[in-house]
Amino acid sequence: MQQDSQKGALMAAISREEVAHLARLSRLAVTEEELDTFAGQLDTILQAVAQVGEVAAADIPPTSHSVPLTNVLREDVVVPGLTPAEALSGAPDAEEQRFRVPRILDEDVAS
Amino acid sequence: MSTTTLPAYDDVVARYEPVIGLETHVELGTNTKMFCGCPTDFGGEPNTRVCPVCLGLPGSLPVANKAAIEATIRIGLALNCSIASWCRFARKNYFYPDMPKNFQISQYDEPLCVDGYLDVEVGGELVRIGIERVHLEEDTGKTLHVGGATGRIHGATESLVDYNRAGIPLVEIVTRPVPGTGALAPEVARAYVTELRDVIRSLGVSDVRMEEGSLRCDVNTSLNLPGQEWGTRTETKNVNSLRSVERAVRSEMLRQASVLDAGGRITQETRHFHEDTGDTTPGRSKETATDYRYFPEPDLVPLAPDAAWVAELKAALPELPRLHRRRLQEQWGLSDADMQSVLNAGAVELIEATVAAGATPAAARKWWLGELSRRANETGVELADVGATPVQVAELQGLVDAGKLNDKLARSVLEGVVAGEGSPTEIMTARGLEVVSDTGALTAAVDEAIAANPDIAEKIRSGKVAAAGALVGAVMKTTRGQADAKTVRELILSRLGA
Repeated sequence: MQQDSQKGALMAAISREEVAHLARLSRLAVTEEELDTFAGQLDTILQAVAQVGEVAAADIPPTSHSVPLTNVLREDVVVPGLTPAEALSGAPDAEEQRFRVPRILDEDVAS
Repeated sequence: MSTTTLPAYDDVVARYEPVIGLETHVELGTNTKMFCGCPTDFGGEPNTRVCPVCLGLPGSLPVANKAAIEATIRIGLALNCSIASWCRFARKNYFYPDMPKNFQISQYDEPLCVDGYLDVEVGGELVRIGIERVHLEEDTGKTLHVGGATGRIHGATESLVDYNRAGIPLVEIVTRPVPGTGALAPEVARAYVTELRDVIRSLGVSDVRMEEGSLRCDVNTSLNLPGQEWGTRTETKNVNSLRSVERAVRSEMLRQASVLDAGGRITQETRHFHEDTGDTTPGRSKETATDYRYFPEPDLVPLAPDAAWVAELKAALPELPRLHRRRLQEQWGLSDADMQSVLNAGAVELIEATVAAGATPAAARKWWLGELSRRANETGVELADVGATPVQVAELQGLVDAGKLNDKLARSVLEGVVAGEGSPTEIMTARGLEVVSDTGALTAAVDEAIAANPDIAEKIRSGKVAAAGALVGAVMKTTRGQADAKTVRELILSRLGA
């Protein structure tokens, strides 16, 4: 959606089709009415954010981080993690010490 | 797919020009994962190397592993790349449970290393393979598909996920398209992956074992008519050995030619290579690049390797394998053909280590290319996994040089080494294989042989020295081959005054 902010604020920042596409990628079941609602709401939000683009001159680079830090690194040293029981405790389902998930393939969408 | 007969390979390369490209993933051998302190050791029980960060639990924050960044920069430098002075990680969003976060932290339009090359030798010629980018990302978890046929995702009713591998640093190395290799395209692909593996191994940043998945390769192939635009490419996955890299390119060239010959069009798709048949079949259609909705990873600050750090890493690079091999070839005094047999046998490092442990190059080469190669072929293992170490081979040769073992006995001892019975000296002692050098015992055996063969002894006494061979044979038999034939012969002649 960063790309959209570069389009400027003249046209709709996000279309109903784009919202439907994003919903499908996120596996969200969105009704036709909700699509209208969300497309309108998201458009308002994006238009508002896009105003930043109007004041950002060419000498102001796009910013992705609010803190001016680089190279925050850790040493390659093992730190104890979770036990399998702890790891799986929040999972909806588990089997053979593994996370159990529903079938994957019929979730596939034609995109 | 095999309903139509495939055209002949020579015919295909006479009419079409192939363009290949390779994407290689290398799991780094760091102690810990890319963004958390979980261990990376291979083969642990499911979900025993996990923590809130690699499980994507709310509130957890990733921190990049310095050793992984350094390893990636070193790979980039070894591949003659420029190192970015500033770059970011990116989120690659997709819906698949192999990452618990529903995204993978990767790099998108700001890779850590760009614009390099790797020179590989094919048939004595140097081919320069352009490297487009080297970037760093995290590996995914392992899914086990249940309920379908033989673990396949198709028809599975559920999947079980182990996140031990999720988050292990993974370096992706992408070549530029390689045109102009013609009939050699499959060999060039293989030579590239082999050389890349050797380079990475020489850096000591990964064990690069294809069979364990720490080196994985995707092969892009397309065909075009001479003078025309490049054709539509396919991407073949699941290529798990060097031999498969070569086979996958070749089989894709044949398949595409047969489609084009029939007036068909190549579909841009992912295909799967099958080790058993050597064919490729279409894979799962994947979400297109724009659907990954890449954006800069907000939880990680940018990476800005300064020039001094990069220069320090560059200064510490080891000699590149190709140059190293050339130097060894000179030191060992081998012809190109002999060096090639050493390379083909995968014996360079083994011989080098054996020489370092005290053997002469000739002796080291004799054992590794002879007895041990034969044994590796018979049992179907890599030479390095045959069961003998360079130190053991050097020790064995030392026993031969000291006259304690003859060639035949040494081979028996080596058998014991391979069978895991211990060091050569231990096996020689335990099996009683040492050359009989006790002259008292030998003289007794010689006298016994003379007494048992009076006719032959008489011939020798009368000057027919050649007849001594029969007595030597008899002595070798009584000493069970443990005597030195030359010594025995001398003893016989001196006892008989000949």
